[in-house]
Amino acid sequence: MKTFLRQRLPQITTAGIFLLLFAAASWRYPYFCSTRNVASFFTNNAALGIISVGMTLVIFAGGIDLSVGAVAGFTNIFVTTLVEGHGWSPFPAMALAVGLGALFGTAMGFIIQIFKQPPFLVTLAGMFFARGCAYWISTASIEIKNPTYQQLTNITARLGDTTIHPLPAWILVAVLVGGYILGHHTRFGRNLLAIGGSEQSAMLMGLPVSSTKICSYALCGTLAALGGLVSTFITGSGNSTYGIGLELDAIAVVVIGGTLLTGGRGHLFGTFCGILIIGTIQSAIAFDGSLSSWWTRIITGGLLLAFILLQRLLLRATQKRTA
Amino acid sequence: MSSTQKSSWKNSPAVWPLAGLLLLVVINLIFSKNFFTISQLDGHYFGTPIDIFKDGSICLVLALGMTLVIATGGIDLSVGSVMAIVGAVAATMLQKGQSLPVVLLTSLGVGFLCGLINGLLVCWARIQPIVATLVLMVAGRGIAQVVSNGQQVQILDKHFVFLGNGFLAGLPFAPIFVTALYGVVWLWLRRSATGLFIEATGDNETASRFAGLATDRVRCLAYIASGLCAAVAGLLGASFISDADPLTAGQNMELDAIFAVVIGGTALSGGRFNLLGSYLGAILLQTLTITMYFVGVASAVAPVPKAVLIIVVCLMQSETTRRWLRGLWKKGAVA
Repeated sequence: MKTFLRQRLPQITTAGIFLLLFAAASWRYPYFCSTRNVASFFTNNAALGIISVGMTLVIFAGGIDLSVGAVAGFTNIFVTTLVEGHGWSPFPAMALAVGLGALFGTAMGFIIQIFKQPPFLVTLAGMFFARGCAYWISTASIEIKNPTYQQLTNITARLGDTTIHPLPAWILVAVLVGGYILGHHTRFGRNLLAIGGSEQSAMLMGLPVSSTKICSYALCGTLAALGGLVSTFITGSGNSTYGIGLELDAIAVVVIGGTLLTGGRGHLFGTFCGILIIGTIQSAIAFDGSLSSWWTRIITGGLLLAFILLQRLLLRATQKRTA
Repeated sequence: MSSTQKSSWKNSPAVWPLAGLLLLVVINLIFSKNFFTISQLDGHYFGTPIDIFKDGSICLVLALGMTLVIATGGIDLSVGSVMAIVGAVAATMLQKGQSLPVVLLTSLGVGFLCGLINGLLVCWARIQPIVATLVLMVAGRGIAQVVSNGQQVQILDKHFVFLGNGFLAGLPFAPIFVTALYGVVWLWLRRSATGLFIEATGDNETASRFAGLATDRVRCLAYIASGLCAAVAGLLGASFISDADPLTAGQNMELDAIFAVVIGGTALSGGRFNLLGSYLGAILLQTLTITMYFVGVASAVAPVPKAVLIIVVCLMQSETTRRWLRGLWKKGAVA
C-alpha cells in the first residue's frame, strides 16, 4: 500500500488539486457545481482531452509530439472542405481524415526512429507542414450545412434539467477508457513505459522498440485527427486556424497529470485529472468574468512549472533513497 | 597543405547553407525578374536583397542566441513569447511617456530576466531544456497580454521606430546593427575562452565539470544570452510595424530560429557551434520565404516547403542516410 501511494503520488496530488480547485470555485461562484457545468468540462475540452491521451502515450515512451494541434487543424478544415466543398458524404471523409492523421504520425515516427532524429525537431517540422497544408486548403472558415453532419452535431441528451450536446463527451470518455486499457493493461502499454524508462534496457530485453515507438506516434497522429474531427462537432464549422497552441495545452495536461516528461512513468488517470483541472480553471475564469481569458495561459504555465518542480523533488528523493 | 585546406573547407558546416543560398539565388536569377534590382530613393537603397536582410534581421538575432543555447546541448522554445513580452513592455512604457533609454534598458532587463529564469530552471532545478523553456513559452504570451491589457499598442516614438525602419548610410539600420552584433559576439566567443567553454559543456558536461569548468554558469549564460537576443528581436519586431501585438508578435519565431541554427550546421546534440552558419541559415530561410512570395505561394502556405527543407537537411545530416549513401556509392564503384 505504501509503495502504491509513493508510486502514484503525482496522480494523487493532481486529483487533490482538482478537488481543491473545484471546491474553491464552487464555494466562490454559485451554480459552479452543477451537472451542466461539469458536463461542459467534458464537452468543451473533448478535443484537448482526446489529443492529450495520444500525447500521454507518446510521452510514456520518452518522445514528444508537437504537431498535434496542427494535425487537428488540418483535419478540421479537410473534412469540412470535403463535405461542403466537394459533396462527399461525411463518413468516408471522416475516415479518410483520420487515416491521413495516422499516416502522418507513422511517417514522423519512422523518421524519428529509423533516422534517429530528435522527436521535437521532426514533429516541429510536422507542425509547420500540417498547418501549412491546412492553410493551403482554405484560410476561410466553412460552415457545415450537410444534414447528416448537422444531425451528428445536434445530438442532444437531457441531463437532469438541462440539455447538453453529449457526442464529443462520449467520444472523449471512450478514448480515455480505450487509452487506459491500452496503456496499462496491454503488452503495448508496458513496452511503452519500459522504453521510456530505458530504451537500451528495453532493446536488450528483446522488446520491439522500433515498432512500438512508431506505433505510439501513429496513435498520437490518429487521436490528433480524431480531436480535430470532434472540434467540428463542437463548433459546427471548419477553420484552418483551429488548434494553434493546442500542443502546448496537451503537454501541460499530461505533465500536470503527473506523467514524467522523460518517459517511463505516468498514468492516464493523471491525464484525466489534468483535463478536469484545465476545465475547472477555464470555467472559473468564465464564471468570474472580471479575469481575462489570457489568465488561463498564465495559470496553466504556473501549474506546469509547479508540477515539473514537484517531479524533480520526488525524483531526487527516490534517488537519495536508492543511493 | 592545399589538400588539408581543401578538406577543412569541405568540412566546414557553413558550406551547406551557402550552397542552398546559391541555389536559391540561381533559381531566382532564372525565374523571377527584378529580384536583384536595387533602386535608390532619397538616398536610401531599396530592393529585394535589402529586404531579405531587413526582414531577416529578427530571425538573425534569435538565431544568434539560439546558437549558443543549442551549442550547450539545450534548446530555448520561449524566444517567441519573450519577444511578445518585450514588445508589450516597450510599447506600454512608451505610451506612458517614459524616455527611450529607460525603455530600452528595461526591455533588455526583461529579456535578461526571462533568460535567467530559463537558465535557473535548467541548471539549478535540473529540468530538461525543452520542458523548462516550454513553461515560459506557455505563460509568456499570457504575461504579454496582461502587460498590454490584451490590446495592440501603437508606438509613435520616432526614435524607437528608427530601430527597425531607419537608414544608416543609405542602408537599413536593423541588419547593420544585427551584423555588428554577430561580429561582437564572435569576437567575444572566439577571442576569449568563452566559446570553448560553451562547446566543452555541450560536448560532455560531466568531463567539463571534472576539468574544473563551472558548467552550470556557462549554460545559464547561454540562456541569458538567448533571452537578451529575444529582447532585441522583440524591440526590432515592434519597431518594424510601430505596434506591439501580444498575440502574434514572435509567433512561430522560435521554430524559424531553431531551423536557421540547424541548417547552419550547429548540431542539436550540442558541442560545437558556427555563428557564420547560423547567419547564413537565417538569410537562407528568409530568401526561401521571399522566393516563395515571388513564385506566388501564399504566405500562409510558406511553412510547407520550410518543413520539407528542414526534414531533408536533418536526413542528410543523419548517420543512417550517410551510411546508406556510402553503400550505394561503393556498390556503384564495384559494378
